[in-house]
Amino acid sequence: MFLINCPYCGERDQQEFKAGGEAHIERPKQPTELSDDEWAEYLFMRKNIKGVQFERWNHAHGCRKWFNMVRDTSNDEIKAIYKMGEKPPAQ
Amino acid sequence: MNKNLRVKSSEYIDETNRISFKFNGKTFHGFKGDTLASALLANDVHLVGRSFKYHRPRGIMTSGSEEPNAIVQINPNTNRTEPNVRATEVEIYEGLEASSQNCWPSVEFDIGGINNFLSPFFPAGFYYKTFMWPASFWEKYEFFIRHSAGLGKSPTSTDPDIYDHRNIHCDVLVVGAGISGILAAKNAAKNNFKTLLVDEKNELGGSTIYENNEFNKINNKTPSEWLKKEIEELKNIKNLKIKTRTSVAAYHQYNYLLARENLTDHLEAKNKTNKIRQRLLKIRAKKVILAAGALERPLIFNNNDRPGIMLSSAIKKYSEFYGVACGSKNVFFTNNDSAYESAMSLYNKGINVEAIIDIREQSESKIVKKVKEAGIKIYWSHSIVDTTGYKRLNSISIMKLSNDGTSVTGRKISISCDCLGVAGGWTPAVHLYTQSGSKLKFDDEKKVFLPNQNTSEQISVGSCGGDFKIDEIIKNLNQKLKDILNINETDLDSIKVEIDQENSKRNIWLLPSDKPLGKTKPFVDYQNDATAKDIKLALREGFRSIEHVKRYTTTGMGTDQGKLGNMHALGIIADTAGIKMGELGTTTFRPPYTPLTFGTIVGRNVGKFFDIFRRTPMNDWHVENKAEFENVGQWKRAWYYPINGENMHQAVQRESKAARQSAGILDASTLGKIDIQGSDASEFLNRVYTNAWSKLAIGKCRYGLMLNEDGMVYDDGVTTRIGENHYIMTTTTGGAANVLGKLEDYLQTEWPELDVYLTSVTDHYATASLCGPNSKKILKKIIPDLDLSDESFPHMSFKEAKIGNIQCRIMRISFTGEHSYEINVQSSYGKHLWEKCMEAGKEFNITPYGTETMHLLRAEKGFIIVGQDTDGTMTPIDLQMDWIVSKKKYDFIGKRSLYRSDTMREDRKQLVGLLTEDPNVVLEEGAQIVSELNQSPVEMLGHVTSSYFSPNLNKSIALAVVRGGKKMMGKKLFVPMENKNINVTVVNPVFYDEKNERLNA
Repeated sequence: MFLINCPYCGERDQQEFKAGGEAHIERPKQPTELSDDEWAEYLFMRKNIKGVQFERWNHAHGCRKWFNMVRDTSNDEIKAIYKMGEKPPAQ
Repeated sequence: MNKNLRVKSSEYIDETNRISFKFNGKTFHGFKGDTLASALLANDVHLVGRSFKYHRPRGIMTSGSEEPNAIVQINPNTNRTEPNVRATEVEIYEGLEASSQNCWPSVEFDIGGINNFLSPFFPAGFYYKTFMWPASFWEKYEFFIRHSAGLGKSPTSTDPDIYDHRNIHCDVLVVGAGISGILAAKNAAKNNFKTLLVDEKNELGGSTIYENNEFNKINNKTPSEWLKKEIEELKNIKNLKIKTRTSVAAYHQYNYLLARENLTDHLEAKNKTNKIRQRLLKIRAKKVILAAGALERPLIFNNNDRPGIMLSSAIKKYSEFYGVACGSKNVFFTNNDSAYESAMSLYNKGINVEAIIDIREQSESKIVKKVKEAGIKIYWSHSIVDTTGYKRLNSISIMKLSNDGTSVTGRKISISCDCLGVAGGWTPAVHLYTQSGSKLKFDDEKKVFLPNQNTSEQISVGSCGGDFKIDEIIKNLNQKLKDILNINETDLDSIKVEIDQENSKRNIWLLPSDKPLGKTKPFVDYQNDATAKDIKLALREGFRSIEHVKRYTTTGMGTDQGKLGNMHALGIIADTAGIKMGELGTTTFRPPYTPLTFGTIVGRNVGKFFDIFRRTPMNDWHVENKAEFENVGQWKRAWYYPINGENMHQAVQRESKAARQSAGILDASTLGKIDIQGSDASEFLNRVYTNAWSKLAIGKCRYGLMLNEDGMVYDDGVTTRIGENHYIMTTTTGGAANVLGKLEDYLQTEWPELDVYLTSVTDHYATASLCGPNSKKILKKIIPDLDLSDESFPHMSFKEAKIGNIQCRIMRISFTGEHSYEINVQSSYGKHLWEKCMEAGKEFNITPYGTETMHLLRAEKGFIIVGQDTDGTMTPIDLQMDWIVSKKKYDFIGKRSLYRSDTMREDRKQLVGLLTEDPNVVLEEGAQIVSELNQSPVEMLGHVTSSYFSPNLNKSIALAVVRGGKKMMGKKLFVPMENKNINVTVVNPVFYDEKNERLNA
């Protein structure tokens, strides 16, 4: 059970949150102009890193806000948390 | 006649408070303060159980939670019975009953004991090897295997006790209240850290509290005296909470720990009622100090499992703490000095110690000299090669150990004894440490795994951190405390320690016998009867990974999780395979450290709190009118309303007819409702639904289909524009929460520029759906001044109105194909609305119908139910719903996926209708559909998704998904069932009123 520092509410137990997969995958602005392969790249391809990974999390049982998290998947250390739209910290 | 083996009054045993208890039906006496184990030992009872596989007689081996043998059934045949309880942890109380497990008819005479003589036929992997063939016999084997599986008996009646959960937040959690735990907690609390100290025992002090070795002094007092004063001082410290009888079960990441606090297990039955029995503490600690101590290791030699063979430290504890002698002719077998302390402890109380067998060549420490002075015979460089005594040890044979420790030589000496204390050194209790994710390192000199890389703010102090001598403990604890608490001075700075302890040790994982290994029984795992032979066999058979050897031999897989023997198993594997211990690693230490009851795990979430139900505002009416309910997500929905003993089929046929012929009413309150507002609300709907929304006029409703980005149907429902920038969206009952979540996700992350606000209003409105040709008349009766003409209030439109003073929102929409209205009122008026409709509809024989009839009526119309006719692999095109997919819109969620090469395949599974050749045969939902009967392997074309007998059409109808189904209209297919093949024809999925004439009827 992690302790997650929601950027809007502060430290809360992991059970209040929902993980939302890899962060910084922007929905293409003009999907119709993409080839099947390009669209598939957006739709299906996700990293599964052992190590530092950028993720989306949602404070589902709290403020319901989405935010980004940098987590080391090998030991679950949370390296950084930042709001949607903010720049990811340099690695 | 049992002997009384009480040797002195102990301050922890209240001899004025005599307690009687029963063990295996026989009454015994003990005193307040005794554990079941100490009380039995005081009555000279060693034989308490039988081992799992060979049913060998087993006795009490330890004095703590690591006990592998003395596991008993508590209070058998009562509703409070509990299996697999360690007798060493049970505090006795008046009326306690306990019995042995895994034996029949009794522990003294156990038929299963025959397995011991058959043991050559039960090698490691016996079950895997034997019950593999012939495969068809498995069902026969299973009966016997299940019969012999498990140890105790689980309770068969409801648990009468209450269990609880509690969240605790603290600055410092100290696990274990031995000398290091007490000092750590004291200093943390004194430095203003909110501190919690927990210990699994009922008394603080660990093993130091009865440490009276005259050569060890702390501030010129014996460790025991000194520690008692320290404990006394704890009471006056603010910021410090102490919980005894509290065992930490798990240590998760981020310093999140689970502990079980035992509150009533030590009380008499009459004092247990209406109290919380056990509480699960969910502890979040900023810093964790592990002071869990160490477990003494046994030694692995031939027949090392007889009742009467115990850990040396346990014998010392029974004598010093409980005032009980475990035997009258004691012998110790050791590889280090600690057995000498136990021997002196017995000697000082006048208990006879016959001899000490030491595998070392020599030791010159003061305690060894003291033992020599006491005239106790020491056999240096000797090892035990065998023991005798079936139900109680009566002698040991020893021989001289060779220099390399792999063989024995010389004359065999037999020593008569009734109790043998074994001392194989100490294993730091690093279980919790590794659970936290921290990493161990093998210390080749001490032959122990020690904490190495911490992953959270934690320290391991005392013997669980690898310090075994009091001076080392205090010195290292002092430094670690200063580091973790970030303080400059502690109480420990001024403590003066004089000790004479030696750590010299000769480590031999498997001691040799004069017999070949194959003829001996050196047990490594006592509970599961795994011997050193089994481990070596596993290696010979090719197992290399320690995790595999563990599972194959079941070493360490008992209820004690191998707390005693796992290190030896690792050592034997390393020695045999020629691998270094550090490279071999350990098996995973998994929570819980000691078993937890199910009650503790579930806490208060039992009975009606097990799962939460949501009920609609009309629920009471449904109950009063004898509705049957079905669970839809968390909702309890009325399923059907049987009258006069109808079964479901009869009730649904009646309800369906009534709804089409006159009037029906459905409680639709469970549908998800999302209030959407904002200047970009229309644009937002354009992006989330497949069809266009910009031109929807205020006061109009539209059906929408929502896709995932992969183009698959996700949810559907009617959305109504009730203002320029205000919509009410309905979702499926089960999808409500997920749809809201998905919409919020897009708004926050992809389209933050849109001015849109979402609010779930599912619980705020109650909805009655009034349907059928007479629905208009009924609504007219309820709201006489509302213009219900088709011109003013056409299908797919919305009006606000009042029923008396109650504001309501009415949508003329239909899920049944009939003329119908959905009336929404504030939830608190839901039942009133319902009753009003029922009253007004009486003359039209208004019929309440449930979800089953709703499903039937919509199936007649070919309307899909998302999640029943779709399964996350169906596009709108697959559902033959091309009409709802806008060609003009530039983009919407999932649009691009609708023309991926895969979604455009023509042989995708597509929704079709099926009619059976015999109109009375109703297909089974989920049944497979094929085109060829004599093909092998048969090609499955699809399956039936919805199937009913339609009373309105008087025939069986079904919806199905069939590969390439759109092009199969009129084709004959088959639905093969267990004992027949059903002939079906593919048809259009709309069975009833294809022209939608009834909507305006």
